[in-house]
Amino acid sequence: MYDRPVNERTRDFHEVALGFSADEAILEAERCLQCKKPLCVTGCPVGIDIPAFISAIAAGDFSVAAATIKEQNMLPAICGRVCPQEVQCEGACVLKNKDTPINIGALERFAADWERERGFARGQKSREQSGHRVAVVGSGPAGLTAAAELARRGHKVTIFESLHEAGGVLSYGIPAFRLPKEIVKAEIEQVLAMGVDLKLNHLVGRSVSVKELLAYDAIFIATGAGLPGFMGIEGEQMNGVYSANEYLTRVNLMHADQFPVFDTPVKAGSRVVVTGGGNVAMDAARVARRMGAKVTLVYRRREEDLPARREEVVHAQQEGIEIITCAAPIRLLGDGAVTGVECVTMKMCGLDSSGRPVPEPLVDQTFVIDADVFIEAIGQSPNPLLIRDISDLVIGARGNLVVNDQGRTSIGHVFAGGDVATGAATVILAMGAGKTAAAAIDRMFKEQ
Amino acid sequence: MKYIEYTKAKTNGVNGLYKVEKTTQLADRVHQMWIRAPHVAHHAQAGQFVIIRIDEQGERIPLTISGVNGDLIRVIFMTVGKTTYHLASLAAGEHVRDVAGPLGRPSEMISGSTCVVIGGGVGVASTPIIAQAAKAAGNHVIGIIGARNAGLLILEDEMRAICDELFITTDDGSRGTHGFVSDVLKKLLNERKLDLVWVIGPAIMMKVTSGVTQPYGVKTLVSLNPIMVDGTGMCGSCRVIVGGETRFACVDGPEFDAHQVDFNSLMARQRVYTDEEKVALERHHARHCECKEEGHHHV
Repeated sequence: MYDRPVNERTRDFHEVALGFSADEAILEAERCLQCKKPLCVTGCPVGIDIPAFISAIAAGDFSVAAATIKEQNMLPAICGRVCPQEVQCEGACVLKNKDTPINIGALERFAADWERERGFARGQKSREQSGHRVAVVGSGPAGLTAAAELARRGHKVTIFESLHEAGGVLSYGIPAFRLPKEIVKAEIEQVLAMGVDLKLNHLVGRSVSVKELLAYDAIFIATGAGLPGFMGIEGEQMNGVYSANEYLTRVNLMHADQFPVFDTPVKAGSRVVVTGGGNVAMDAARVARRMGAKVTLVYRRREEDLPARREEVVHAQQEGIEIITCAAPIRLLGDGAVTGVECVTMKMCGLDSSGRPVPEPLVDQTFVIDADVFIEAIGQSPNPLLIRDISDLVIGARGNLVVNDQGRTSIGHVFAGGDVATGAATVILAMGAGKTAAAAIDRMFKEQ
Repeated sequence: MKYIEYTKAKTNGVNGLYKVEKTTQLADRVHQMWIRAPHVAHHAQAGQFVIIRIDEQGERIPLTISGVNGDLIRVIFMTVGKTTYHLASLAAGEHVRDVAGPLGRPSEMISGSTCVVIGGGVGVASTPIIAQAAKAAGNHVIGIIGARNAGLLILEDEMRAICDELFITTDDGSRGTHGFVSDVLKKLLNERKLDLVWVIGPAIMMKVTSGVTQPYGVKTLVSLNPIMVDGTGMCGSCRVIVGGETRFACVDGPEFDAHQVDFNSLMARQRVYTDEEKVALERHHARHCECKEEGHHHV
């Protein structure tokens, strides 16, 4: 797999990573040892039969490869692009220690793209209808996966989405240069082709009452993460200050990069400071770079502690994004609009319960970075909106919806998964949760 | 011919287009529109709002739900920027691409008390539905509606039919009391006991008017209108400072305790995109003129 040259890709929003050609895919697939006890599968949150699809690619049976993946994963072109394979399937690959692991993500992407580009992809519509009605709240990765799995088993699924487009974080959060929007749309279309009903502009709890919702035979709540956190530092109300959610939504969902052809504007800025260290921070920084700004990312711990995928960090650095580690913003300067970000140097002191160093400010070591746009990417809490309106739902200490290992909440026919249950996590973990809950809902119907 | 794109927009069988059933111009630059949106109409309560996106290129703008009739909702808006001019150009039978809602928390309500519902300018749009709810909750409802002049005053008959008492003010005295809604409010506060006051209008009017009730300790609610993007509690664009804390108008509001609101930061944040709004509006008018083949005065 190759990346597009830096000077070319920072001028547009087209995809950075180029996929395998058929020959490259076959060559890569032929490296697979076809382990008897494949560790890669154990590393996959949705349990794709990885050796089987790789062997199909090696044999040139690309449509068989795609079908094999789709038995477990209805969104393969998306997962092939955004899964953290290095800590999942590829991280478990036995070749990791000898050579380099099989590039399973790129192979998944290849099979999915090959099928989609030829128009062969279609959802499997269940022949028999169970008569059970299921409401899925939210059309992000967890909701889409649950919907597909339930439709496959013959249940009538209605997805409620509050925005004007389906996809959740796949549409508003992840930028097109990592995940092209036509791919998101195509994979969603396949889920809908399985007979799933999608109601846009419906905020459950508002456009659909809790009573109406609970009247469904089963409910899967996948409302994702909620309001962005703000640091609470001085100057946050000034113009030019964004949460990463708002900044990314304006560009990814509302196409502010094409203002005024599209109505929604965004402050592109000439000097942008992003704070945070996760994938969302990297996405915001790389979008800002493409909007034409000089971008600095400020992270409070060390570079090796960055929670973002290594690939995202490398891409960001290649694209000229300066990363200042062991520092944190403490005050925004400006008169009405941001002109600078005052930061303090952080010292690493001991380890916290998760094994990460605890940053402590060195109060006398401060510095100012000039900036006309400041973006905070410091995380989000689980979406509180619907779940606080449903009495009897048990909410955890972090505002998360409490579920058991089957995704079941404290109300018998209400299930949940994804960020609303776990707090901000990954696309594939949300999909895994959707799949688990769908299986549990199906079992519940069979036992009734 | 102008906006044919969105009526032809591909729906993929999953998205509704929302039909404009009736439009009326209520005053200079103030328009009333009834839109078919059953999912909103069947659940809407006083104080809530919708997000409207006109077409695929459109921005998402919040508008208060100012009335409900069967499957229809009413919005009332003043033409100030590209989107409101575009919206005002739609005729009955045309469509908007998206209507999401009802959003926000319904109005706080009390019963068996004396309530005052105050609207200024286009903010009067929000008053009938709140006055109606206050009336239904068994309150004595006083309405105060004001405008710069008689020609800009809207919904007088409607408010008269709902309220137990209605006061009218105009800045130039061309109708009702010569002065501001706050003048009438002051008088009322001195004369009798008021229990709950709503003030809805431009930020500066809400700031000034709610300031009047503060010394009297009368609970006062304002409906805030910061810039929103999703309007569903995801982006944080609509953050406002209330009681020294960051709150989100779309999910924590839009109504807040007026005496806790930092109006100055709200007004500053409302002006973030002034330059961009000008660009968008000029571009819209330029295109509009070409189609109409007639002059159009840029605002």
